[in-house]
Amino acid sequence: MTLFLEQLLNGMQLGVTLFLLAAGLTLIFGIMGVINLAHGSIYMIGAYAGTYVAATTGSFLLGIPAGLAAAALTGIAVEFLVVRQLYDRDHLDQVLATFGLILIFNQAITMIFGRQPLFVGLPEALSGSVELLPGLFYPLYRLAIIAVGLLVAVGLYLLINRTRVGMLVRAGSTNREMVRALGVDIRLLYTAVFALGALLAGLAGYMAGPILAVQVGMGEQILITTFVVVVIGGVGSVKGAFYASLLLGVTDTALRAYLPGLLRQVMVGPEADALGAGISSMGIYLLMAIVLLIRPKGLFAGST
Amino acid sequence: MRTPITTYLSLAVLLVLLVALPTLADLANYPAFTSVATRVLIYGIAAASLNFVLGFGGMVSFGHAAFFGIGGYVVGILYQHYSLGEPLFGVFPGSNQLLVTVPLAVLVSGAMAALIGALSLRTGGVQFIMITLAFAQMLFFLFVSLKTYGGDDGLIIRRANELGDLNLRDRQTMYYLCLTIAVSFLFLLWRIVNSRFGNVLIGLRQSERRMAALGLSAYRYKLAAFVISGMGCGLAGALMANFLRYVSPDMMHWTKSGELMVMVILGGVGTLFGPFIGAGAFIMLESLLAAWTENWQLGLGFILLLLVLYTNGGLQALFSRLFRRDA
Repeated sequence: MTLFLEQLLNGMQLGVTLFLLAAGLTLIFGIMGVINLAHGSIYMIGAYAGTYVAATTGSFLLGIPAGLAAAALTGIAVEFLVVRQLYDRDHLDQVLATFGLILIFNQAITMIFGRQPLFVGLPEALSGSVELLPGLFYPLYRLAIIAVGLLVAVGLYLLINRTRVGMLVRAGSTNREMVRALGVDIRLLYTAVFALGALLAGLAGYMAGPILAVQVGMGEQILITTFVVVVIGGVGSVKGAFYASLLLGVTDTALRAYLPGLLRQVMVGPEADALGAGISSMGIYLLMAIVLLIRPKGLFAGST
Repeated sequence: MRTPITTYLSLAVLLVLLVALPTLADLANYPAFTSVATRVLIYGIAAASLNFVLGFGGMVSFGHAAFFGIGGYVVGILYQHYSLGEPLFGVFPGSNQLLVTVPLAVLVSGAMAALIGALSLRTGGVQFIMITLAFAQMLFFLFVSLKTYGGDDGLIIRRANELGDLNLRDRQTMYYLCLTIAVSFLFLLWRIVNSRFGNVLIGLRQSERRMAALGLSAYRYKLAAFVISGMGCGLAGALMANFLRYVSPDMMHWTKSGELMVMVILGGVGTLFGPFIGAGAFIMLESLLAAWTENWQLGLGFILLLLVLYTNGGLQALFSRLFRRDA
């Protein structure tokens, strides 16, 4: 039972990380109609910048603004220099241009930081574990990630549904041309949304730093999972992204935790582990296939 | 559609040049060029297949490396069972006969394309891109975890497949085999593109609604095109496995899908010869940049970015635009 709860929390932690990325991706797509492969690179840049500052200054807190700023600035630069020219192009051009960006960012990071992954220790205040239930100890840091993720989700909900900017965002995702015709500076709105998406990606990257290795290629790995989230949730829907992230996070974690054990009952140990790992990495894609069979547009398509 | 006589003439010249290429390469004291040309031909087949759905059918598939990899693995797995003498699934014997493995590779990748296409084509646009990418990644992870077939490290095919008395290890023989297959494949594609089916496909790219109004089922036509395209990629993968005598999950890594796409766009989307030009340009560019600096991906990224942002329609369009300006 404790194992189950622990895995559930692990799944939620993965889920909120995915949500931070998926929210930006789905907003960028929903409002600007741009598919942005470089979103994973921004996640990586947030992780590198934050971790680097945290490692040199020794302060985890100082890493936060560094990671967020680096990610947001990169996002703004990318929007301004590249994505702005892609709004009216077809998806193929968007895919290729942002694929080019991935190559550039990956190589640039390799040139600056080398091929060795960066590591950063946990902040001291968050390094312990807490006893959530009798016998269930859980790392404080992971709990903090979950809390931050949920806070961001609430914040985004309020931002989108309760503020003027949010109203423009919703309007923009329904009918871009009409918003422009009403005299809204749509370019500024685009840049703002892109920067927000980048900021969230950077936050996710920095928070993942102490748990995963900060290395080149970390962005693409999670990007593809994020795509699955966005597709399952329905492209353009932040609410969909939230539920799909949690669903995927928990499913993925549960499969990884339990499947090898189940397989070991019918197969030899190492082979069961390998096959189990393989099938569990496939799990989320199978989930996507099932969702597509039932609802081709995703679970929450058409709502913001 | 009448083709002017000059086109036929230049095609004939091109073919003669291609046939003479290994001899020329030997004369120029650069025999390795034959291998480079073989790689270009194989990637050209894959890129042309992708271009068939992407350029003619307007389906932006970001997962075509999956079929390329499956084609390769069919050859690899059949060879492993052949060399170990264990039947596959305890039923099918392995094989090292090219005339068995390559058609089988084409069939299996076609079947996979039917499965993936049937699901992915339920959506369109950006979801289609993401879903094809996701399915390819799923297969990538599957093959990484298949320890029986080498897992991460891939499979080494100790001896290339047999085809009659030909020695496929020989550089020139392999080149001529790939050339023959590439030319036949291109001819087939040309026939398909100019057939009624091809016209429907191009019509679908322009307006699905119009085709639906004409009473055609878009889904079926697109799926058929997707399967043909997957089979083409499988063919290329099977040839690549024979050429490198090695298959690994890297063949279906998502960057490979991206590279195929880059080849298509380099050569010009929706043209018959474009993908081969693009494959050639990509491989040249890659080896040039790699020889120049170890950070070649940076250069490739910038070139790609500039190409997409400032030229519309790839190298072929760039050339024709330049020539038109001269005239």
